[in-house]
Amino acid sequence: MMNPSWNNVRADFPVLHQQVNGKPLVYLDNGATAQKPRSVIDALVRYYERDNSNVHRGLHALSMRATDAYEGARARVAKFINAADPAEVIFTRGTTESINVVARSWGHAHLKPGDVVLTTEFEHHSNLIPWQQAARAAGATLKFVPLLGADGEGSLDLAALDTLLTPQVKLFAFTHISNTLGTINPVAELCRRARAVGAATVIDAAQSIGHVPLDVQQIGCDFLAFSGHKMCGPTGIGVLYGRRALLDKLAPDETGGGIVVSVTYEDATWKPAPERFEAGTPNVADAIALGAACDYLDGLGRDRITAHDTQLVNLAMEKLSALPGIRIIGPRVGAQDRSGLISFAFDGVHAHDVVTFADEDGIALRGGHHCNQPLMRKLGLTSTTRASFYLYNTEEEVDRLVKSMQRIQRFFAG
Amino acid sequence: MQDLTDLYQSVILDHNRRPRNRGKLPTANRVAHGDNPSCGDQCTVYLRLDGDRVGEITFEGSGCAISQASASLMTLHLKGKNLPEAEAIYGDVHKLVTTGQVDESNLSDLAALAGVHQFPARIKCATLGWHAALNAMKGDPVTATTETHKD
Repeated sequence: MMNPSWNNVRADFPVLHQQVNGKPLVYLDNGATAQKPRSVIDALVRYYERDNSNVHRGLHALSMRATDAYEGARARVAKFINAADPAEVIFTRGTTESINVVARSWGHAHLKPGDVVLTTEFEHHSNLIPWQQAARAAGATLKFVPLLGADGEGSLDLAALDTLLTPQVKLFAFTHISNTLGTINPVAELCRRARAVGAATVIDAAQSIGHVPLDVQQIGCDFLAFSGHKMCGPTGIGVLYGRRALLDKLAPDETGGGIVVSVTYEDATWKPAPERFEAGTPNVADAIALGAACDYLDGLGRDRITAHDTQLVNLAMEKLSALPGIRIIGPRVGAQDRSGLISFAFDGVHAHDVVTFADEDGIALRGGHHCNQPLMRKLGLTSTTRASFYLYNTEEEVDRLVKSMQRIQRFFAG
Repeated sequence: MQDLTDLYQSVILDHNRRPRNRGKLPTANRVAHGDNPSCGDQCTVYLRLDGDRVGEITFEGSGCAISQASASLMTLHLKGKNLPEAEAIYGDVHKLVTTGQVDESNLSDLAALAGVHQFPARIKCATLGWHAALNAMKGDPVTATTETHKD
C-alpha cells in the first residue's frame, strides 16, 4: 500500500463527503467511533470476494490464504503496539469484551477475599462494572483513585495513590485517556508504581489507540484492551494484549473448538495463547481490516496524528472558553495531559438540546453521561457535550462548531 | 429534518427556563421516580393526594428542554385531578406526541408538545414525567417506584 498523504487525507474517507441536514457533514464524534478509510473498506471487500474461508482448519488454498492473512493481522497489530510476541495479541469483539475476559479469567484465578482491586474515579462503565462483578465474586474490595481538583480539572490524585497502593492491591485497572474528561493518564508511571506492590495492571486504551503512539513494553502493563473501530478499523473487532507469561497461566474464558490440544468425553487440554482465548471461528475479516487500519495510521504517523488532534482541541478550547456560559471540563488549554477531545457544559442548556441543534447544522457531537454516571454525579453534572477530533478534522470545522454553539446560546437565551 | 422551532416552541422554552412547581414537596404522600437510561434523563414526582385528587404536585429532575418543560406543564395540568381524569389527559398527550393528531382544544398550552411527534427520539423525553406522576398516583403511599420506560 502507498503511504497515505496528509495533503488529501479527507479524500481517503468516503463517509465524510455528504450533506447532513443540507450542510456538509462535520464529524466530531470520533470518541464514539472513527470513520473508515477506503483502504480498510477495501480490505474487507477483498477478503470476502477473494479469500473467505475458515482459519486454522482447512488444507485448501483459500483456508491457507485466510489463515495467513488472519495471523498476519495479528503480527501487524503486535507491531502496532510493540508487543514482544504476536501470541500476546488476542482478538476479541472490542474493549468491553477484552476487559471482561481479564476480569473473569484473571479474577477467578487470582482474587481472594480481602484482596483489593483498584481503579479510578473516571473509568468508562466498561472498565468499572467488570471489576465490580469480579470483586463481588471473589469477596474482594473495589477502591478508587480520586480525581484531583474540585472543579473537575480531571487529573488523577497521584499522592493518594501512595496510600491506596498497598500490598493488598492485586490488580490496578485504569484508562489511558478519559473518554469524558480528555485526561491522558501517566500510564507508564502508574504501571511502575503498581508493579512495586506486586499488582497486575490493566489499561483501557479505547480512547488512546490510534491517537497516540503506544508501546506496551515501554508502558510496562500486564494487560491492555482496545477496539478496532475507534482507530479507523471495523466494528466487532478488538484486542486484548496480555503478557504471555500471564496468559498461558489463565484458563480460557470461553470454551469450544479451536482452543484445545486434546479432548476426551470427560476433559480437554488447552492450547497456549492466543488460541486459548479465541474459541470458535474468529472474526477473520475484521481482524484483517484492523491490520489495514494499522497500516493506514502508521502511514500517516501516530505522532503527527497526536499533534493534529492537539492543535484542533487547543483551538476549540480557546474559542469555546471565550463564549459566556460554557464550562469546559477536564485539563486546561495546553495542559500536557489533555487529549484530542473536549467536554463542556452549557449554562441552562442540556447537552441533548445542544446535540440536536448541532445536528441541524450538520455537526455530529455526543451529548450525555458518556457511560460515566458516577463521574458525572461527582462533578455535579447530568450531562456534557463532547467534541472529539481526529486526523481528518479541520480548523474550518472547529469554526463551524463554535458558530453552531453561538447559535444555540442565542436561541435558548430567547 | 423538520424545523427545530416546531420542537422548541416558545411555551417549551419558557417552561424550560422557568420550570413551574420544581423541587421537593415536604407534604407529599406519594413519590415516584422515572429514568430514561439511554439518555440519562431522570424525573422524580412528589404529590400529595387529598382523597383521590392531586392536592399538590412538584417534580425534580434533569434532562433536555423537552423533558423539563413537559414535566413542568404536567404539574399544572394534573393538579386537582383524580386518577381517571389524569389518565385521560395523559392519553391525549401521548397521542399528541406520537401522532401529532389530537383535538388540541382540550389541551391548551400542552399543544406546544405537538412538534415532538416529528422527532421520534424525543417522545420518551416528553412522556417521562407523566409516567412518573401516574405511577405516583397509583402507587403505595410514599413508595418510590423506579420504572424503566422504553417508548
